[in-house]
Amino acid sequence: MQFNRNTFICLALMLAGGLFLTQADLFLSDYQLYICKLFFINAILALSLNLIYGFTGMFSLGHAGFMALGAYMAALCILPPEQKEMMWILEPIIWPFSDLFTPFWLAVILGGLVALVFAFIIAVPALRLGDDYLGIATLGFAEIIRVLLTNATPITNGSLGIKGIPDAATLVTCYVWMLITLVVISRIVYGNFGNVLRCIRDNEIAAQVMGINVFAYKVMSFCVGAFFAGVGGALLASHLSTIDPKMFNFLLTFNVLMFVVAGGLGSLSGSVIGAGIITVLLEWLRAIEEPMEFLGMEIPGIPGMRMVVFSLVLLAIILYRREGIMGSREITLAGIARFFRRFTQTAGRAGQ
Amino acid sequence: MSLEMFFQHCFNALTLGSLYALIAIGYTMVYGVLRLINFAHGDILMVGAYFVFFGTFAFGWPWGVSAIVAVAGASLLGVLVERVAYRPLREAPRISALISAIAVSFFIESLAVVVFTGQPRPVLQPDWLISEWQLGNIRVLKLTAFVPVMTAVLVAGLLYILYRTKPGLAMRAISKDIETTRLMGVRVDNIIAFTFAVGSALAAASGIMWALRYPQVHPYMGIMPGLKAFVAAVVGGIGSVQGAVIGGVILGFVEIMSIAFFPELSGYRDAFAFIILVLVLVFKPTGLLGEDLKEKI
Amino acid sequence: MSFTLPEPEQALLAAQNVTMRFGGIVAVNDMSLALPKGSICGIIGPNGAGKTTMFNILSGFYTPTEGDVLYQGHSVKRLKPDQVCKLGIARTFQNIRLSSQMTVLENVMVGCHVRRHCSWWMAALGLPNYYREEREIREKARRLVEKVDLADMVNEKAGSLPYGAQRRLEIARALATEPKLLLLDEPAAGMNPQESLDLMHFIRQIRDEFGLTILLIEHDMKVVMGVCEYIWVMEYGAPIAEGEAADIQSNPEVIRAYLGDDFVKGDQE
Repeated sequence: MQFNRNTFICLALMLAGGLFLTQADLFLSDYQLYICKLFFINAILALSLNLIYGFTGMFSLGHAGFMALGAYMAALCILPPEQKEMMWILEPIIWPFSDLFTPFWLAVILGGLVALVFAFIIAVPALRLGDDYLGIATLGFAEIIRVLLTNATPITNGSLGIKGIPDAATLVTCYVWMLITLVVISRIVYGNFGNVLRCIRDNEIAAQVMGINVFAYKVMSFCVGAFFAGVGGALLASHLSTIDPKMFNFLLTFNVLMFVVAGGLGSLSGSVIGAGIITVLLEWLRAIEEPMEFLGMEIPGIPGMRMVVFSLVLLAIILYRREGIMGSREITLAGIARFFRRFTQTAGRAGQ
Repeated sequence: MSLEMFFQHCFNALTLGSLYALIAIGYTMVYGVLRLINFAHGDILMVGAYFVFFGTFAFGWPWGVSAIVAVAGASLLGVLVERVAYRPLREAPRISALISAIAVSFFIESLAVVVFTGQPRPVLQPDWLISEWQLGNIRVLKLTAFVPVMTAVLVAGLLYILYRTKPGLAMRAISKDIETTRLMGVRVDNIIAFTFAVGSALAAASGIMWALRYPQVHPYMGIMPGLKAFVAAVVGGIGSVQGAVIGGVILGFVEIMSIAFFPELSGYRDAFAFIILVLVLVFKPTGLLGEDLKEKI
Repeated sequence: MSFTLPEPEQALLAAQNVTMRFGGIVAVNDMSLALPKGSICGIIGPNGAGKTTMFNILSGFYTPTEGDVLYQGHSVKRLKPDQVCKLGIARTFQNIRLSSQMTVLENVMVGCHVRRHCSWWMAALGLPNYYREEREIREKARRLVEKVDLADMVNEKAGSLPYGAQRRLEIARALATEPKLLLLDEPAAGMNPQESLDLMHFIRQIRDEFGLTILLIEHDMKVVMGVCEYIWVMEYGAPIAEGEAADIQSNPEVIRAYLGDDFVKGDQE
C-alpha cells in the first residue's frame, strides 16, 4: 500500500460514506434504501462488465449467466438446511448442498468463485473469437447456464426457483462490496496492466509482438469480471430474496450493458454514475406504467411502457452520444481540485 | 423406434430446419454486407407473424392476402430499422452498431408488448394445411410438407436475385469490398436497404409459417428462433446463403432427432444449438462454407 | 574490409532453407540468412517478394512449412510471437500498429511489460513491490521517449502524432522490450530525404547504444545502401542475391529484378 495524501483522502471519504450509510435508515424510507442497495449492486455489475468490455474489448453478453451462478451459489449457502429440505418438493436436494450453511460474506465469495470457475471453462473456447462472434458465443453460454439451472433440479429446485433467501445483504455490505470491486478493478486498470489490457483492445497483434500473452490476459480480465458478476449476483439474490432461472435472461445482461454504455466505456466512475442514473430512471419509469391523472383525464396504466422508453434511451445514447456520459475520462481527486480552483477563480473574477 | 416414427421425425426436422434456414439467410445477408449481427431480425419475424394474425383474425382477410401484406410490412420495417438505427452508425465502430441493434430489438419487443399485450394469441390454421396425407403407414401433415417446399421456392428466388440480377451482383460486390463498390458507382445505401428488405421478407415468411406450425403468436416468439437461426448461419459459414440453408437444416435435425432418440434430454433442447455453435467456432470458426476473414498482419 | 557470414549456430539469428506455403502459393521459397551479432543487415526486393512474410516467420506469427529458424543456436520456429519477444526479438510494422487512443508514454510502457516481475494480482492487492516496479517502468519509458525525441509529446495521444513521430514511437516501444535483435519493417516509408538521413543515423546510434543487431526491410535504396552491412535480395519469395552493399548495387540479377530484363540487355549492348 502506498500512503500518500490522495490515498488518505480516498480512505477517509470511503469511511465517511460507510459511517453515513450505517445511519441511513434514520432518514431514508424502505423504498429508498431498496433503490440504494440496488444501485450498489448494479454498480458492481457495471464495473465488472466494463473491465471485460470497456478496457479489454471483449464483447461479452454472458453477464446474466455469471450472475445466475453467483446468485444460486450464495442462496444455497445462506439458506438454513431445514428450509432447503422443505422447499425442494420436486426432487430432494442432494448433498453437499443440503448441508451447506455458511456466513454471508463467505457465500458471496463462493458465489464469485463459482462464476470465476465457469468463466475459466468458457474462456478457453470462446475467447479465441472476435468481437461479435464472442458476443453470440457468450450469450449462448449464458443460455446454456440457464438451461442447466432449470434442469439441475436436485441442486437448484428447477424452474420453481428458490424463495425466502435471508436478506443478509445490508446497505453497508453492498457498499463495501462495491468499494472492493472499485478498488480492485481500478488498481488493475490504472497501472501498466491496464495499459496492457487497452493495448490488447486496440491492437491485438501489436500486443503479441510486445511479448504479451494476449490469451492469458484476456482470460484474466474475463475471469476477474466474472468473479465480480458472481458477487453482484450473490448480493442480488439476498436482496431480492427470490430467484428463479427465468430471471437471469438476456434482459438482465442488456441492463448491465446499458449502465456501461451510458456511463462511458473505459471509465470506472462512468460505470458507477451510469448504474446510478439508470437504476433510478428504471424505478422512476415504473410511474408511467401506473394509471395517472393528467389535466383531469384518467390515463390508464400501460404495462411494458417502461421497457419502450428504456430501449429508446439506449438507442438515443448510441446514436447521439456514443461515448456515454464520461467517455473514457475519470473523476479524480486532482480533477475535482482543479474544478474547484477554476470555480473559485471565476467566482473571484466575477466578484471583482 | 419404428420406421414410421423415424420418418415422422424426419419431416418435423426438415420443417424446423427450413424455418431456421429462412431466418438464417437474413442474418447471413446482412452480415455479408455490413458485418453486423442484426439482433432485430428475430423481432421482424415476430412482427410478420402478428400482421398475419391481425389480417386473418381481426380483418378477416384471406390467408394469401394477409401473408403478402405481412411480408411487405415486415420488409418495410426492416428497411426502416436500417435507416434509423444502422445507417447513422456506418462509420462508427462495429460494436456501436451491434449495441444499436440490441436496443432496436428490445424496442420492437417492448413496443409489441404494449401494443399487442404480452398474451399469446392463437392463430387460425387453414384447413387445407392441417389435413394429412397417408403414405403407407406414414401420416404426413400437409403443413410439414408445405414449409420445406415453400422454403425451397423462396431460396431459389433469392439465388436468382443474387446471381442473375444487377442488385444481386451489387450485393455480392458490397460483401467483398464496400468502398470499391461505392467507387464503381453503385448506390451502396440503396443496395443495403434492398438487402434488409429481402432479408426481412424472408424472416416474415418464416414467421408466418412458424405461427402456422406452432399456432400462436406472442411478442417474444422471435427471440429464440432468431438466436438459433444466427447459430445456423454461423454453422453454415456466415456470408454464404447456401451455408445458411445447410446450417438451418442441420440445426433442425440435431434438435428434433436428439430429443426423438433421447427423450430425457428434452429439458436441454434450447442448449443444443449453442453447444453446436461453440463446437463449430472452436473447430472450424469459418463455418462449413464460410470464407476466412482473418486480419492481415 | 570484407564481411563474413557466421555459421548458423554462431549467428544471433539464422534462417535455414525456410519455405512458407499458403495453400498453393509459395510466399517464401528456400530462404536462408544468418545475422552476425551486432550487425545491421537488410532484406530488399520488389513488392510482393515475401519480405514481410519472412519477418512474420522470424517474429513467430507463422510457422514455416519447411526449414528452421535458429535464435542463438536454438530453434524458435514453433514459438508464438510473445514467446519470441521474451527471448529478445522485437519488431515494428510496415503499417504502424500503435494504440492510437493511448498516450505516447503509455504505449512505451506496454513495451516494458514483458520484462516486469510482478503479476496482475499483486496490482489488485496493491503490494509495495508492485508500486516500486510501476515507478521503475514509468521512468524507463520516459527515458526511451526522450531517446526518440518525443519528450515534448509524452502525454499526447499516439494517434494524433505525425507519421514520422509514430514510426519513432514504434521503435521506442520495441526497444522497451529490451531486445537483442530488432526487426524493422520499412522504417523509412513515407519519410522525406532529410528524415531518411536522420533515420540512418538513428539506426546506427541505437545499435551502438543498446548493443543491438538489426535486420530491416526497406525500399529506400539510399537508406539500405547507407546503413546495411550485408543485404539479401528476394524476388517471388526466393533469394536471388546476397552480399555487401557495393556488390548488390552492381549485381545484374538485382538490376533485372528491379528494372526488368530489357534494362539489363540494353545495358549490355
